Amino acid sequence: MGSEGLPTAPPIPFQDAAKVSLANAQLRRNMGKATRTIRGKRELVVAEMPDWEGLREAGRAIKERTIRHLDRALIQLEASVQQAGGQVHWARDAEEARKIVADVAKSHDVKAVIKVKSLTTDEIGLNAELEAAGIEVTETDLAELIVQLAGDRSSHILVPAIHKNRSEIRELFREKLGAENLSDEPKELARVAREHLRKKFLTTTMAVSGANFAIAETGTVCVVESEGNGRMCLTLPNVLVSVMGIEKVIPEWNDLEVFMQLLPRSSTAERMNPYTSFWTGVTPGDGPQEFHLILLDNGRTRALADPHGRESLYCIRCSACLNICPVYERTGGHAYNSVYPGPIGAILTPLLVGEQNAPSLPYASSLCGACYEVCPVKINIPEILIHLRGKVVRHKQDQEGLRGRLDPEGLAMKLLAWTFREPGRFETAQRLGRIGQWPLVKNGTIEHLPGPVADWSAMRDLVPVPEQSFREWWRTRT
Amino acid sequence: MTTARDQVLERIRSAIRDVPESEQPEDVVVHRNYLVANSDSSRHGIIEQFMERVAEYKAVVRRVNQNELVEAIKDACHSRGMTRLAVPADLPADWPPSGVEILRDPGLTYDQLDHVDGILTGCALAIAQTGTIVLDAGVAQGRRVLTLLPDYHLCVVFADQVVGMVPEAFRALSATSTRPMTFISGPSATSDIELNRVEGVHGPRTLHVLVVDNV
Amino acid sequence: MTALAADSDGHVFSQPVLFMRISLFITCFNDTMFPETGRAVVRLLERLGHTVEFPMGQTCCGQMHYNTGYQREAIPLVRHFVDVFREAEVVVSPSASCVGMVRHLYPAAAELANDPKLAEEVEALRPRVFELSEFLVGKLGVEDVGAYYPHRVTYHPTCHSLRMLKVGDAPLRLLRAVRGIDLVELPQATECCGFGGTFAVKNSDTSMAMLGDKLRCVLETKAEVCCSADNSCLMHIGGALHRQRAGVGTIHLAEILASTGTETEDRHGL
Ligand code: SF4
Repeated sequence: MGSEGLPTAPPIPFQDAAKVSLANAQLRRNMGKATRTIRGKRELVVAEMPDWEGLREAGRAIKERTIRHLDRALIQLEASVQQAGGQVHWARDAEEARKIVADVAKSHDVKAVIKVKSLTTDEIGLNAELEAAGIEVTETDLAELIVQLAGDRSSHILVPAIHKNRSEIRELFREKLGAENLSDEPKELARVAREHLRKKFLTTTMAVSGANFAIAETGTVCVVESEGNGRMCLTLPNVLVSVMGIEKVIPEWNDLEVFMQLLPRSSTAERMNPYTSFWTGVTPGDGPQEFHLILLDNGRTRALADPHGRESLYCIRCSACLNICPVYERTGGHAYNSVYPGPIGAILTPLLVGEQNAPSLPYASSLCGACYEVCPVKINIPEILIHLRGKVVRHKQDQEGLRGRLDPEGLAMKLLAWTFREPGRFETAQRLGRIGQWPLVKNGTIEHLPGPVADWSAMRDLVPVPEQSFREWWRTRT
Repeated sequence: MTTARDQVLERIRSAIRDVPESEQPEDVVVHRNYLVANSDSSRHGIIEQFMERVAEYKAVVRRVNQNELVEAIKDACHSRGMTRLAVPADLPADWPPSGVEILRDPGLTYDQLDHVDGILTGCALAIAQTGTIVLDAGVAQGRRVLTLLPDYHLCVVFADQVVGMVPEAFRALSATSTRPMTFISGPSATSDIELNRVEGVHGPRTLHVLVVDNV
Repeated sequence: MTALAADSDGHVFSQPVLFMRISLFITCFNDTMFPETGRAVVRLLERLGHTVEFPMGQTCCGQMHYNTGYQREAIPLVRHFVDVFREAEVVVSPSASCVGMVRHLYPAAAELANDPKLAEEVEALRPRVFELSEFLVGKLGVEDVGAYYPHRVTYHPTCHSLRMLKVGDAPLRLLRAVRGIDLVELPQATECCGFGGTFAVKNSDTSMAMLGDKLRCVLETKAEVCCSADNSCLMHIGGALHRQRAGVGTIHLAEILASTGTETEDRHGL
């Protein structure tokens, strides 16, 4: 991954990247503890909602309505924001979006910007660009600050430092912020962050944010947060730039009554998150007096063009699918090599960059379906994973010439499919298997498998093919 | 040269060309099979729930009669040993407590707000279901920064401002939705350390709510 | 035809049962690797008074191909399945994931094939294909199938039975009614065991990490056998239990339900 938050060429395959995190026992403990805690809490706050299924259906339908007519919603949003005194920019890709932000900064001659956590700005690699232009960027979200101080990468869409436990954070603060005599009480760690950032908030004149929702009808933009750093960024500086993916638009103000119930309970497992800000363009005497909204494509129209993958754009980035995912829990977020890890990342990243550029991600799932069950907008992640696997294979077969067609897995699959097309062939294969396995069977069990399936036997024995197949037995009955 | 706007819109239209030309957004039906108001709760029950849920966020919450309000504000300020209190311009004249220096907006600087001991406001409405207070820059609330920089926020909520559920709140707010608005649910907090909610990061670390019986 | 059914002990079921002509879809995997599961299904359904047929033309539903991305290769198998079972009154299978394939993924496969006729046939067949436990409890309305199995058992609900087919507690209801059984709850039961078809090979390290946690839960129950509604997950769990010489076996739900304590075919588990 370069400075941008999405893979641009086939990166290290997920299964290889996962090995690193799987071998890190501390990381697995931290991840296991954090995801188990949040899962339990989510279940409780969801269970107290008798109308949860109705809300999910409504949330999904509102998103579907918008996405199927996205051009109209965006044009309406643009007009509303302009009407309210904001400026609207369109960006085809990451580079264009970065340049718009940098130009705003240069036009005001600012030397520093403060940022509220935003996946979209991570996706476009904004910080590196601004820093290259001599502009200091300060991430103000506690977890982002931790990641930034540690020179690390985010591993969760909501809690980028989920992989770090409290004592690791204390050590980092001691070392980087000179906070001596610090205990590992979360309360104290939070106090250090408060003191460290206060002056920045009061003196910086430009902020950059993302957006959770934008209302086409009114031009209102919404940011959902916990700490108050969002409010600081959205209120104190004179210039505010918000970068939003084009899929974040929703039609009406009243639609928020659905999403503002679904999101907090699904993400931080709270009835409501501590702070939510809504602003519409510019309000004289209150908050930034110059507001820019950047509407970002960067692959979203590619995802939109896939009728089966399209619904991944309904995502409200709650992270419930990450927290429930047994694969994510064990590998952590880094193995996904994208700002969007976990189940949603496994579908969204290939849809944004093209499946051939992230071919291992659709396979990073056991298809257990837990993600689909918790998703507040009912994105059928398992079915989209399967759909994308199909695209990966078809790309390999159709676009990669001889090498693609001679791929050993592909050949084996073709042979097997040929076998299954005729019961006679299938029965012959059963018999051949029974005969062919003899060198592998020791004391009635198979402990070592050869070739591409050798990994199976690293931890598991295999029962040999029995003497009589079911169909052979059936024949003896009649 | 095609602009980015034209090109993005063109890509969108091409991506959704499978959507029938004649289809309107409203043709995608949104079934609103969810609760919009609690039918079975009494006024009293709603206020109780609001107080309970605010308290769960580790905010301080107290219920007072209308004629006890001024005294309760004074108590709250004095018990914290407060010397300087910021207030919005249109705060009811009898609310600011005696014996405390009152800094009245507009015109307060960030630095002044960073050094007061607290801020006193009213609110637009409150939501029982989630223990949320909504500020919409309306009467007795002032601009957003007032309730952000001070470390202590004393907020007066009248009982008739408390709605039961989230949809009621959004519907009630739709008339003023283009004003800057803040939903506040407890003091500032973070879930960033091991996914546990810890109070007290950048916003006010103490939220004190006075619920006034006026019905 | 509706009648009261009785088992070999003369135990009469409380609910009237429809006698049906059932087409067994054994699945290629069970046919080859776990024929005893198929034999158990036949014994069980016949004991309940139904007629079991086994269309010899059947092979594979195409799940592995489809889920691994070889979807064009799966299309002929989808066609083949539809051809074989077109006339069936009901199709019953002891595999939740294969039933899930037919019920939830065949429509997409037909769409990919760009074959409206196939799509129509899939639509017609889909509602008649059942996983064994949902068929027994949901369709036949039986919970007590007259089984006897005097062992300590823990039940692992496979992801596809739980979340794709939503069989709910049907398997547990069936197990609770088994005489002599000591059924113990599996901790963190709903968590995936890490099998996931080709996932177990393609992402073997992650699969093994998930399996390790599942084994810990199984061993905690001190059960003699771990039971499930899919032999594929059981092969994965059982393979590791066997490797560890854990002394815990695995058994398909159908085999417990078929056991009566009298038949020579009764099996204690792997
Ligand atoms: S896919 Fe669904 S569950 Fe996952 S982050 Fe998006 S909205 Fe949340």
